[in-house]
Amino acid sequence: MLTMPIPDQDTIRRRSAIAAALRRIVPGEGVVAAPVEMRAFETDGLTAYRQIPLVVVLPETVAQVSAVLRYAHENGIKVVPRGAGTSLSGGALPLADGILLGMAKFNRVLEIDYANRCAVVQPGVTNLAITKAVEHKGFYYAPDPSSQIACTIGGNVAENSGGVHCLKYGLTANNVLGIELVLVTGEVIRLGGKHLDSEGYDLLGVMTGSEGLLGVVTEVTVRILQKPETARAVLVGFPTSEDAGQCVADVISAGIIPGGMEMMDRPAIHAAEDFVHAGYPRDVEALLIVELDGPQVEVDHLIDRVSGIARANNSTTLRISASEEERLLFWAGRKAAFPAVGRLSPDYLCMDGTIPRKRLPDVLQGMAELSQFHRLRVANVFHAGDGNLHPLILYDANDPDELDRAEKFGADILRLCVKVGGVLTGEHGVGIEKRDLMPEMFSEGDLAQQMRVKCAFDGKGLLNPGKVFPTLHRCAELGRMHVKGGALPFPEIPRF
Amino acid sequence: MSAVLKPASEAELSEIIASADAPLEVVGGGSKRHIGHPVQAAAALDMSGFTGVIAYEPEELILDVHAGTPLAGIEDMLSQRSQQLAFEPPDFSRLLGAAHSGSIGGLVASNLSGPRRIKAGAVRDHILGIHGVTGAGDAFKAGARVVKNVTGYDMPKLLTGSWGTLAALTAVILKVLPAPETEETVVLAGLDDAQAVEAMSLAMQSPCEVSAAAHVPGEAVYLRLEGIAPSVSYRRDQLGKVLKRPIEVMAARSSAATWRAIRDAAMFAGNPSHPLWRLSVTPSDAPAIIRTLKEKLDIRYLFDWAGGLVWIEAPPSHDASAALVRGSFSTGHATLIRAPEATRAAVGVFQPQAPALAALTGRVKDAFDPRHILNPGRMYRGI
Repeated sequence: MLTMPIPDQDTIRRRSAIAAALRRIVPGEGVVAAPVEMRAFETDGLTAYRQIPLVVVLPETVAQVSAVLRYAHENGIKVVPRGAGTSLSGGALPLADGILLGMAKFNRVLEIDYANRCAVVQPGVTNLAITKAVEHKGFYYAPDPSSQIACTIGGNVAENSGGVHCLKYGLTANNVLGIELVLVTGEVIRLGGKHLDSEGYDLLGVMTGSEGLLGVVTEVTVRILQKPETARAVLVGFPTSEDAGQCVADVISAGIIPGGMEMMDRPAIHAAEDFVHAGYPRDVEALLIVELDGPQVEVDHLIDRVSGIARANNSTTLRISASEEERLLFWAGRKAAFPAVGRLSPDYLCMDGTIPRKRLPDVLQGMAELSQFHRLRVANVFHAGDGNLHPLILYDANDPDELDRAEKFGADILRLCVKVGGVLTGEHGVGIEKRDLMPEMFSEGDLAQQMRVKCAFDGKGLLNPGKVFPTLHRCAELGRMHVKGGALPFPEIPRF
Repeated sequence: MSAVLKPASEAELSEIIASADAPLEVVGGGSKRHIGHPVQAAAALDMSGFTGVIAYEPEELILDVHAGTPLAGIEDMLSQRSQQLAFEPPDFSRLLGAAHSGSIGGLVASNLSGPRRIKAGAVRDHILGIHGVTGAGDAFKAGARVVKNVTGYDMPKLLTGSWGTLAALTAVILKVLPAPETEETVVLAGLDDAQAVEAMSLAMQSPCEVSAAAHVPGEAVYLRLEGIAPSVSYRRDQLGKVLKRPIEVMAARSSAATWRAIRDAAMFAGNPSHPLWRLSVTPSDAPAIIRTLKEKLDIRYLFDWAGGLVWIEAPPSHDASAALVRGSFSTGHATLIRAPEATRAAVGVFQPQAPALAALTGRVKDAFDPRHILNPGRMYRGI
């Protein structure tokens, strides 16, 4: 189990005074302090970790957010921001000595501006609700994380969320034009807006994916896109993952960027087929779903080309969706992959590394060996176009040894991803889950530079401490820690 | 300024910056050296020693390249594999009187994107990784050679568009994309500014995947379609229906030349004494901005990005008409891309920031360059 910073007992002793102070800022039911009521906030999508917060505050206005943060800043109290709490990496895990700042009440769509192809929304609006608000005009919001029915746009900004259409349409960062944010000091800042480029340092880019460590987002302007005229999918089975991987590379080399390109390995195929009966072939090692979207004439043309490329790479089965129902059926298995795997085992851990695609066979091989070593099963779903792997490690949380082995297995998989030139997380964020693995990818100097950016936003380190960075440093300390003659005088500070 | 320092390795660069006791001007290819406030530096830091491709993997959509590498060679290399930098880097060499289109590091440092920005995004949407040395002399890296990554803060984006004021970049990793197989441009003649922006907005709201939309006043509105041939011709017909206007069609060759000229703001070249502004604004605000300015100034102008990018050439004046230009819109920013040195010393080249944002910008600067060694003052006073 990962450990969190030791809670400050003095702050915990001041709990009722802190709750009273927050009630003066957010009256009525906006402050939750009864432990039984705070239980609803004790965890997020990383359910193995739970913590009752010091106190929960649910502001409704930007002025209240600003006042809460100013109060926390002046009194040296930690703050954990929270959207819908769907983070898979523990980004919204509360702290025993921290205020949990829930943004759920910021749930209004403020403006839809079709002429300028954007929507202005509050951060508590769900990802899917944005699309729902504009779809009658043929528009949609592109990033579609699988939690899109529940996850909020504010949380998407915090995590830089992705989805299955990232390769063609980008992550959250590529689809957000502007934000309003409140710094921990209570200062309100606007970055970007309805215009495309924002001059000055790209603080919008830094905020996106900063996992609640830099500020609290109170308004988001997103790009909305016109829905493609049509979409069709090809379902292809391969005898080996090498063949499937080569097919993906050849599709991209041919100049085709599909709307979605998903791969599943044998255990994932079987789990999905048993659950959904999508008609997936069972006698293949890898299954690829390639979706092309755009005008009919373009989609038909590209489907032919992708089919040709698949056949040239030894495909054993190949089906082209002939109707919208069939296209959705192809996807049904993939979209149900997580619950399908959930049927095989009481619990699973979902990992999120990204690798250079050409290393896929090596990584799958390595994962099979690790699976034997840790005595746990693993099933793989893979955003094949952009190299983003989601190994699902099956375990039983009631067995502490299995949880421990599952976490070690997950860490080993991520180390493997980094070793082949990849990264720890493609879309789920570092949170607490991958926090202690950051040194696998970054040198101490690299991490120190990131922490200096943190200091520019939050000099007292009050926003979401214990997430992302494996060590906590005082900002003054970082200021002195510079390279001298190639050697870093980095003090060995024990990990918490 | 006299001295030029040309490091050959990251270690040398680190040593130069760490031991510098006076400001350094970071210079890549030098093509955009005259954008920004003049930097009062003791020496130029010539980054052209960091040259060459580290890795180009077309099937992975990855380009990893030393920052001083000339852009022109990179674009040639990509086109041989039918790929491109999708943000369509502009070449301002004629506009600014430079010898060539500059280095890849300079392109990243300036975050300047061309017409396809409306569809494909900006430089900042394609940057995946960076290596560099901060103003404190610390070598660091961020990002990786994969197209999807959210590990740690997005430092590559932060460095993109920082104009060399945070770190000297030694290498950049960019996402490259397939180049379209063909292109066509739909031409609409006889529209005034308001009609032009309305037509461009209609086109952008259609599913026709318009990859560029510009209005050259007195000439035409241009709408570019790219992709495979059958798709382009289908979308051209659809666009005609959406616009409900007579259209003309420009074939691939003249289409490419037209967009090159718009990308490079070529119509403003050869007028060096005239201040040139580049405004990023809400697209539908563009006609009113021009209406306001025309009442007071004799301007030439161009709309790109469906109205979201407005180029304005003002008559010569000591302050480049900054107050008028910046007073013409409420949200967005205006950058003084070209002006005589004395003007650039006196006028805010970049849009002035609100106090809280300016203070945060200052703290970010200090996080990288606490002694203000790298390009101090180029973007803002004291930055």
